[in-house]
Amino acid sequence: MKLLSFTALQIKRKILSREVLTADLIKNLFERIYKVDPVIQSFLTLNEDDAINKAEEIDKKIANNENVGLLAGIPIAIKDNICTKDLTTTCASKILRSFTPPYNAFVIKRLLEEDSIIIGKTNLDEFAMGSSTENSSYKITRNPYNLNCVPGGSSGGSTAAVSADLAFMALGSETGGSIRQPAALCGVVGLKPTYGRVSRYGLVAFGSSLDQIGPVTKDVSDAALLLRVIAGRDKRDSTCADIAVPDYLKDIDDGVKDIKIGIPAEYFGEGLEDDVRAAVDNSLKIYEKLGAKIVDVSLPHTEYAVAVYYIVANAEASSNLSRFDGVRYGFRANDIKGIDEMYCRSRSEGFGKEVKRRIMLGNYALSSGYYDAYYLKASKVRNLIKKDFDAVFEKVDCIVCPTSPVPAFKIGDRFEKPLEMYLSDIYTIPANLSGIPGISIPCGFSKEGLPIGLQILTNRFEEAKMLQIAYAFERETDFHMKKPKL
Amino acid sequence: MDYEVVIGLETHAELSTESKLFCGCSTKFGAEPNTQVCPVCLGMPGVLPVVNKKAFEYALKAALALNCTINQHTNFDRKSYYYPDLPKNYQISQNYYNLGVDGYMNIEVNDVMKKIRIHNVHLEEEAGKLIHPDEAGADYSLVDFNRAGVPLLEIVSYPDMRNAAEVENYMYTLRKILLYTDISDCKMQEGSLRFEASISLRKDGEQKLGNRVEMKNLNSMKSVLKAIEYETSRQSELLDRGEKIERETRLWDEIREKSVRMRSKEEAQDYRYFPEPDLLPFVIDEKWVCSIKETLPELPLEKKQRFVESFQLSDYDAGLLIEDKILADFFEECVKEVNFPKVFCNWIINDLLREVKEKKLDIALLKIKPAQLAALVVMINKGIISNTIAKDVFSEMINTGKEPKTIVEEKKLVQISDEGLIDEILDKVIASNPNAIEDYKKGKKNALAFLMGQVMKETKGKANPKLVNELLKNKLDS
Repeated sequence: MKLLSFTALQIKRKILSREVLTADLIKNLFERIYKVDPVIQSFLTLNEDDAINKAEEIDKKIANNENVGLLAGIPIAIKDNICTKDLTTTCASKILRSFTPPYNAFVIKRLLEEDSIIIGKTNLDEFAMGSSTENSSYKITRNPYNLNCVPGGSSGGSTAAVSADLAFMALGSETGGSIRQPAALCGVVGLKPTYGRVSRYGLVAFGSSLDQIGPVTKDVSDAALLLRVIAGRDKRDSTCADIAVPDYLKDIDDGVKDIKIGIPAEYFGEGLEDDVRAAVDNSLKIYEKLGAKIVDVSLPHTEYAVAVYYIVANAEASSNLSRFDGVRYGFRANDIKGIDEMYCRSRSEGFGKEVKRRIMLGNYALSSGYYDAYYLKASKVRNLIKKDFDAVFEKVDCIVCPTSPVPAFKIGDRFEKPLEMYLSDIYTIPANLSGIPGISIPCGFSKEGLPIGLQILTNRFEEAKMLQIAYAFERETDFHMKKPKL
Repeated sequence: MDYEVVIGLETHAELSTESKLFCGCSTKFGAEPNTQVCPVCLGMPGVLPVVNKKAFEYALKAALALNCTINQHTNFDRKSYYYPDLPKNYQISQNYYNLGVDGYMNIEVNDVMKKIRIHNVHLEEEAGKLIHPDEAGADYSLVDFNRAGVPLLEIVSYPDMRNAAEVENYMYTLRKILLYTDISDCKMQEGSLRFEASISLRKDGEQKLGNRVEMKNLNSMKSVLKAIEYETSRQSELLDRGEKIERETRLWDEIREKSVRMRSKEEAQDYRYFPEPDLLPFVIDEKWVCSIKETLPELPLEKKQRFVESFQLSDYDAGLLIEDKILADFFEECVKEVNFPKVFCNWIINDLLREVKEKKLDIALLKIKPAQLAALVVMINKGIISNTIAKDVFSEMINTGKEPKTIVEEKKLVQISDEGLIDEILDKVIASNPNAIEDYKKGKKNALAFLMGQVMKETKGKANPKLVNELLKNKLDS
């Protein structure tokens, strides 16, 4: 099983050198999934037959010395809110229980073009609404480091799978921290690209002005590799930028000498757990040792971020989710009389509690007479938050701060306390509101042995610099090499 | 009591682009249900809209033709409501920053020009179509999404109209402008042009507007006018009785010719508009607007005035010519060939339109070309054929698209202007019609016409009528 603990780049080298046959790797991997995943519960759908076929194709290509893609033979797991042609895409919702898209998301098309192997679809909070993956209609995913704890969310299935060596890499999606926060809680790398860096075509929309798909990987280099594949212009997404995609691995080893790191006081306040604070402080010392300069900065509108987020994201969600009505696809309630009852019962029975809560909040914020006070006001404050970052990035290269104020919490602890749950994303939400990229990398463990994540934020489209700063830390430390005991 | 009627119109016109507003599906009318659909226009999960630039251009064209100010910063908004023909349960429309605002359109009623202000012109997506089964007791309906996502232009007027005649003229003028600018085929029977009216009454002299009633389900221009008439009397009766008019939406029942309440103001839908996050806001390039402005054709009313002034046509004749841009263009092409505007005008509005009507032809696909009509008129003018013969030749030209010269040669229709030949025929006619000669001598004028007719019959209409008339008179009077 040693094979399965390699990083994606390591395994790719072995596949290309024919030291490892992709088909064997896939067989090994599924064996482990069948053994371990009944405990972790990270997958909703497995794609075994297709994966084996694809693996054999790739082995053949390599044997024949044909050109292969950047992700040749790398097994990858996909969050189940990203559309995969002919493979069920449920968003962990009852309302899409048997939905099979007739199209691939842009990112899926790219993964296939680069010869990666899709092994299955991972669990999430229903429609990506949540920070613990407890809101799934199908199963509760467990944190590989402590089975009584949540993996974080909403991409908890993807981060748990990568953490437990059930996938070499995975795709997650973010609206308010849904990649970075579970990556921190599961001890893996999670990257949220700049808004517009990766096409959203085929990502089931939650908050359209915030959503981005991003990599979940075992280390920073793998994140650089995967980002390069999924980023870039897609003419089917008007919000996707037409900016060239660099080879993020090229200068990743350039170090942090004279790099200016901004430390925002607002991210080290009340609610930050001591273990997390200590791990982050320690990380800053490492950066200083590596030649970076630490600068105090301020993001004065941070305190409004969570409030703004829950208005903007829920308003957009209420509209995005209105298409699930039982008319054309997905769940339709039985024994209905008339169209109103069909809408009402299909949606009441099809959506879970948290989703319904957010739809109601969103509709309220958009309703006539409240639009100006909520949505419009929130949009204005959002702009101020954006300007905070603009000002800071004139002075520093990046911001370093905790990803989550706390390590993984117990399953059920916050489930009935939505406000507490919402605060899990307090450090990640501002990046979504302002569109900047962010990465979470492992930077330590709590007294209980739970992983802690370090967050690095840079200006828009500066992922190369962000990865370089992250890599400098990773090369100096071995937190990312730790594995959960399973 | 006397009331002033105040009417505003909302017009929806489907734009005649090849593909839909936010995806590449065809907009062609009449295909098998759900054959012109894709994940985008079906509102499948995860798909995104991409704006059709042509539709945007057409909308700009309409806004400019209606003298609107173009909002340099514009964007789409989502309008939310649940209906099975609306795949996403929100319509991508415009609300906060409409593409065109504060325009106007001139209408002309009883030779008086009136400016009707346009509140805004905006672009949105069309919904699908529900099909309700005929069978009794059916517990289902079907949806056809072929139409879903077709670009739709909405033109909202101010309540500047005061009677049905103005409304009628507004509808016709607007329709003509949309046809002239080539942005919609305006086929009301296919639903590509639709109107909704808002009607309110106020006491004569009153400044404040009364509560308005919005009228939907108006399937033809005739329905619009009937509904206005009905609403006017319904509302004035209520007011006469001292009752209040409620602000509400009513549906026009075409069969019973009356309006029925659809929903009151309290039940009005909250559309929860907000900016469409899947599409970036647009900054409209001034240069683009200018280049579109340059492509705007001369609009109907301007054309009419020019026809009256440059060709000395009557207002009525010019009005008929500009009714259809194709006719107006046909006319101008003819005049370019030979400068006989009045003659061509008569040919077009009498003969051409009669043939079109009788033979149910499509004006856009006429076989006869302007140069050919011009050639025909020249032949008449030169005396090569008579007016009567020309009518037959014209009919043949309409059928075959042949040159008039070819038809005349093939059918040997050249006018007989040979005096000797006509003389011979005259003698024959005179000899065989002694009674008519008698009548003529008694002073009966129609005897001459009768004899003329006989000559024409003999020559199958080919004799030069002027010459025959002259020679016949000489013979009879001598």
